[in-house]
Amino acid sequence: MQDDKTGGVPIRTVKSFLSKIPSVVTGTDIVQWLMKNLSIEDPVEAIHLGSLVAAQGYVFPISDHVLTMKDDGTFYRFQAPYFWPSNCWEPENTDYAIYLCKRTMQNKARLELADYEAENLARLQRAFARKWEFIFMQAEAQVKIDRKKDKTERKILDSQERAFWDVHRPVPGCVNTTEMDIRKCRRLKNPQKVKKSVYGVTEESQSQSPVHVPSQPIRKTTKEDIRKQITFLNAQIDRHRLKMSKVAESKEPSQHRVKRWGFSFDEILKDQVGRDQFLRFLESEFSSENLRFWLAVQDLKEQPLQDVAKRVEEIWQEFLAPGAPSAINLDSHSYEITSQNVKDGGRYTFEDAQEHIYKLMKSDSYARFLRSNAYQDLLLARKKPESEQGRRTSLEKFTRSVGKSLAGKRLTGLMQSS
Amino acid sequence: MCDQTFLVNVFGSCDKCFKQRALRPVFKKSQQLSYCSPCAEIMATDGLHENETLASLKSEAESLKGKLEEERAKLHDVELHQVAERVEALGQFVMKTRRTLKGHGNKVLCMDWCKDKRRIVSSSQDGKVIVWDSFTTNKEHAVTMPCTWVMACAYAPSGCAIACGGLDNKCSVYPLTFDKNENMAAKKKSVAMHTNYLSACSFTNSDMQILTASGDGTCALWDVESGQLLQSFHGHGADVLCLDLAPSETGNTFVSGGCDKKAMVWDMRSGQCVQAFETHESDINSVRYYPSGDAFASGSDDATCRLYDLRADREVAIYSKESIIFGASSVDFSLSGRLLFAGYNDYTINVWDVLKGSRVSILFGHENRVSTLRVSPDGTAFCSGSWDHTLRVWA
Repeated sequence: MQDDKTGGVPIRTVKSFLSKIPSVVTGTDIVQWLMKNLSIEDPVEAIHLGSLVAAQGYVFPISDHVLTMKDDGTFYRFQAPYFWPSNCWEPENTDYAIYLCKRTMQNKARLELADYEAENLARLQRAFARKWEFIFMQAEAQVKIDRKKDKTERKILDSQERAFWDVHRPVPGCVNTTEMDIRKCRRLKNPQKVKKSVYGVTEESQSQSPVHVPSQPIRKTTKEDIRKQITFLNAQIDRHRLKMSKVAESKEPSQHRVKRWGFSFDEILKDQVGRDQFLRFLESEFSSENLRFWLAVQDLKEQPLQDVAKRVEEIWQEFLAPGAPSAINLDSHSYEITSQNVKDGGRYTFEDAQEHIYKLMKSDSYARFLRSNAYQDLLLARKKPESEQGRRTSLEKFTRSVGKSLAGKRLTGLMQSS
Repeated sequence: MCDQTFLVNVFGSCDKCFKQRALRPVFKKSQQLSYCSPCAEIMATDGLHENETLASLKSEAESLKGKLEEERAKLHDVELHQVAERVEALGQFVMKTRRTLKGHGNKVLCMDWCKDKRRIVSSSQDGKVIVWDSFTTNKEHAVTMPCTWVMACAYAPSGCAIACGGLDNKCSVYPLTFDKNENMAAKKKSVAMHTNYLSACSFTNSDMQILTASGDGTCALWDVESGQLLQSFHGHGADVLCLDLAPSETGNTFVSGGCDKKAMVWDMRSGQCVQAFETHESDINSVRYYPSGDAFASGSDDATCRLYDLRADREVAIYSKESIIFGASSVDFSLSGRLLFAGYNDYTINVWDVLKGSRVSILFGHENRVSTLRVSPDGTAFCSGSWDHTLRVWA
């Protein structure tokens, strides 16, 4: 965000009265940048976000203790990474005391203590009465180090240090953004780093923060945990997969299965192998387009939404359009309804037509299929070696076929009446 | 020589634990060692899983996760917001703060509505639990808990009691009485006991049972009268931060969200986890069922809210924006389920269109984090509680 050249905000040195203000950005620039890069339409939102970023301590107004963002010419400066809140500082009161002390030593108008800071200093002096000499010495040492630095650099560093303390010791009435949700306290990334002094002051009695619960050891995942997880995942996967019976894959359908096809039309449609057999039979009768239409419409119902329109068109062209290659026989009323539906093109376009074809197949083709040689042979589990058949006399063949058709009629009659 | 009648003729130091015990010969990789009985037993059971190192188990778990995702993806044909294009857009959204409830001395952490659609119970960091009348903003009851950070509070379905808990690791039930002379704290009943802070609690369909979630990683179902643990739910790998019961009358499931980024759906009768969802990138702070009970939403520290469908068994929508960088602390649905109200740590409340996935409105007003948010039982208003010590009722 800071680099002007790569689409960041422009940071300039601004001339003001007799001096220069180094390294500043205007509020407007920041707000504009936020709106552009985070696709924010409403400037109110951008100002709010900017204020939050400032309140956290990543950007600060150079001439105000209150950390907020305004959409105007007010100048802001970026905070140094050393002072970033993400380092999880929790500076001690001794550090704050050193800082305030330091401020009083430097004879500069801009570093004068605000009222609340003066009050804080007085309070700390009372609290640290015994250690005050130590604190005073530390402050003096800091001032000496600071004097050696370049003037402009010092200006910047001073303001950054002040902003740091504005975050950790906020102006009374301002939100303290360093407050943490106690539930998340335990898992701070670097609980040790927190206790480090801002000015590198080492002390024997580093007080325990009352907010920090002593960090509990994070439960390591045991083998048992993972085994349970594996069992759970397997159960979930099974739920999703419908285990197809292996029997469905085999080529030779069992007798039971073949018998089942005779129970009702639905049974044969449900079974993949049954459908295949039925289709083969229909092909021999040159009426396979009915079943193929029915299957295509079933398949359409399971298509993903984006393919539905395309499939509807395909089915129409193949089975229903004038001059279709596999024209099915629909009565005019159904045809009307269907051609209307095709215009909308949904999953259920062919519902009406499908039902008609279903009834047609059931009453006509299905009955014939059950009486057919192909079905009867499968039912009686008879293998038809061509050579053997040749040996039977024509009379035998005749009586056999008559017998079969009679038996078939009786069987289907029984089945359909039940 | 039969195992049952071995003769102890060696006494010495065990090759494993080095304690002075009666020793048995044990063969490990064709090398004879002498183990004491307990060590020998341990070795026997370990042997069953000898080839399963932690790493191999983990990689097996990972590959299963991949397969599960594949299965889930097979049913994924269209996105929710695409189907929602046919749905009419929402009209102008105008919602303002209608009441501000002031009285807490510190951050408001949790709140709940009473079934009478009028009363509210709220709890705060200073240990106070207050019952308000949201129309008049009067305080009707106040209790001081012996601990700070009361992170959970709930109103009983009958309206006659409240439950609350927090850093004391317990959930306590206080019967509400209108007798001015009676000290509410005297009638307190300690119901739940956890080994870490209580993060959420909720009465089930009756006043008799309470469901709790805790920082110790478990949820538990308790009987109020006796304080007995009826069922416990283990499965989260870290603190459980929130829970919500399924809305059905005969409800037997609930969903919980935790710091392990997982949202888990549980069967209350068996204590088993039925479904788990792990798509968030950070702690899940809040979970809430969709009014029909077929889906639930979650709000997380990763600045997104997500909608999970239970029948499709996957996440079906993400509610996020580039400009939202602070975590969502609390979510709730409007009565119809078309709107999702979410309170964030950036002091705002964002209102999302659940079906279309877009933000309908952003509500400013709180001066610190929004920590809790609930829609009233009749859907005419919602209440938000914040770290700025106040609660606001919006309508």
